[in-house]
Amino acid sequence: MSQKELLSARELQITIRRLAYQLIENHGDFIDTILIGIQPRGKMLAKRLAHILQNDYHIPKITIGYLDITFYRDDFRRSAKPIEANSTEIDFVVENKKVVFIDDVLYTGRSIRAALTAVQDFGRPAQIELLILIDRRFSRHLPIQPDYCGRQVDAINEEHVVVSWSEIEGQDAVFLENQ
Amino acid sequence: MSELSVNHLLGIKYLKEDDVQLIFQTADQFKEVINRPIKKVPSLRDITIANLFFENSTRTKLSFELAEKRLSADVVNFSESQSSVKKGETLIDTVQNILSMKVDMVVMRHPSPGAPIFLSKHIDASVVNAGDGTHEHPTQALLDCYSIRERLGDVAGKKVVIVGDVLHSRVALSNIFALKLLGAEVKVCGPKTLLPKHIESLGVGVESNLKKALEWCDVANMLRVQNERMVTSYFPSTREYAMQYGLTMDILRDLSKEIVIMHPGPINRGVEITSEVADSNYAIILDQVENGVAVRMAVMYLLASKIKR
Repeated sequence: MSQKELLSARELQITIRRLAYQLIENHGDFIDTILIGIQPRGKMLAKRLAHILQNDYHIPKITIGYLDITFYRDDFRRSAKPIEANSTEIDFVVENKKVVFIDDVLYTGRSIRAALTAVQDFGRPAQIELLILIDRRFSRHLPIQPDYCGRQVDAINEEHVVVSWSEIEGQDAVFLENQ
Repeated sequence: MSELSVNHLLGIKYLKEDDVQLIFQTADQFKEVINRPIKKVPSLRDITIANLFFENSTRTKLSFELAEKRLSADVVNFSESQSSVKKGETLIDTVQNILSMKVDMVVMRHPSPGAPIFLSKHIDASVVNAGDGTHEHPTQALLDCYSIRERLGDVAGKKVVIVGDVLHSRVALSNIFALKLLGAEVKVCGPKTLLPKHIESLGVGVESNLKKALEWCDVANMLRVQNERMVTSYFPSTREYAMQYGLTMDILRDLSKEIVIMHPGPINRGVEITSEVADSNYAIILDQVENGVAVRMAVMYLLASKIKR
């Protein structure tokens, strides 16, 4: 297995900070905006963004939730490896709110398709945007594109983009792995 | 672990501890789902499930049907009283005919112990045992343990007493298997005539005095006296049974600690448990019913994930 570093800890930090700033440009005081991290790996990115928005840019209140899409996936019973469910934590109303989906890697677009279906069970948002840390270009199965993107990469199918977080894996970095 | 070790849920006896933990973790997520404004997920939209009830049931049948519908499965219902079984059709023939209509999963309640095991050997669909005679009722035991875990944090190390008609109870046997599997201590309590011989061989204690049993336990599971299964007289009168083994508020207040009261339903109010106790804060009877839907959703979701097309 070979491994190539796409983003170092410092580059990752700068990228997330830029994404936070782009969010402020469109959402201002975040009064009608809800950040939703897609479980499991979008949760960390959503938390980091919320932290930066609150502490560095002094946004008083950020509403943040986490959405698990396991029960909405279209590859149920088709994938070789069974998928374990994570928890959904959305204890607010999404009706007429501006929702921003947050995930670490955008690949085929199927997770986001599932998330679009899942969020409807909580109401009808006014608008939904997509924020992605790493966009694997030219590999989409569905017409889904990010509104905010940290970094675009070109990767072939055998390659795997891995985002490592210091809170979980002990290190901040993004790798391209070849299995 | 993210997959069950079995393709059918025939009894707790065939499950490993990891299976039960996986079912509980998945049920946690479904419990969140059934408390949403829209209580439905599309996971099983390409699965058809037949509910075959060869014996009467309200709670279990409704609970299974709701669980199936909240997973978006297609559901067909069958009950013996309105069927060709009366015309002499065999169990396998009945089920094979239903399966010819492209059914993926069968939920069956049957008066004969072992009927689901027999069926699972002869058909292609996944089989879920919803109670087979006096043998097992695995989803009831799972939801009972899930409710204990929810109320007390964990099942391991807890002391549970099963009170009443253990002899005729499939709930008791499945509960004993599940509680032991998860590391709880179990005692049974009831009149000698309603306790099976050699029950100690399952690793459970026997106590004939209700007050002593309750003083020992953290959780008491009160079973219903199953008059419909009794071919002979097991105790002198219902009144005498209620005097000896009926749970009253006075008994609960006399205990040195607070215990959790469970009942699998249907309740014979005033026999094994008084109305006052059943409606009190000690009882988690209605939590059990709510958890039943989440646990059954988890079981069918996990079994369906093993169906390959």
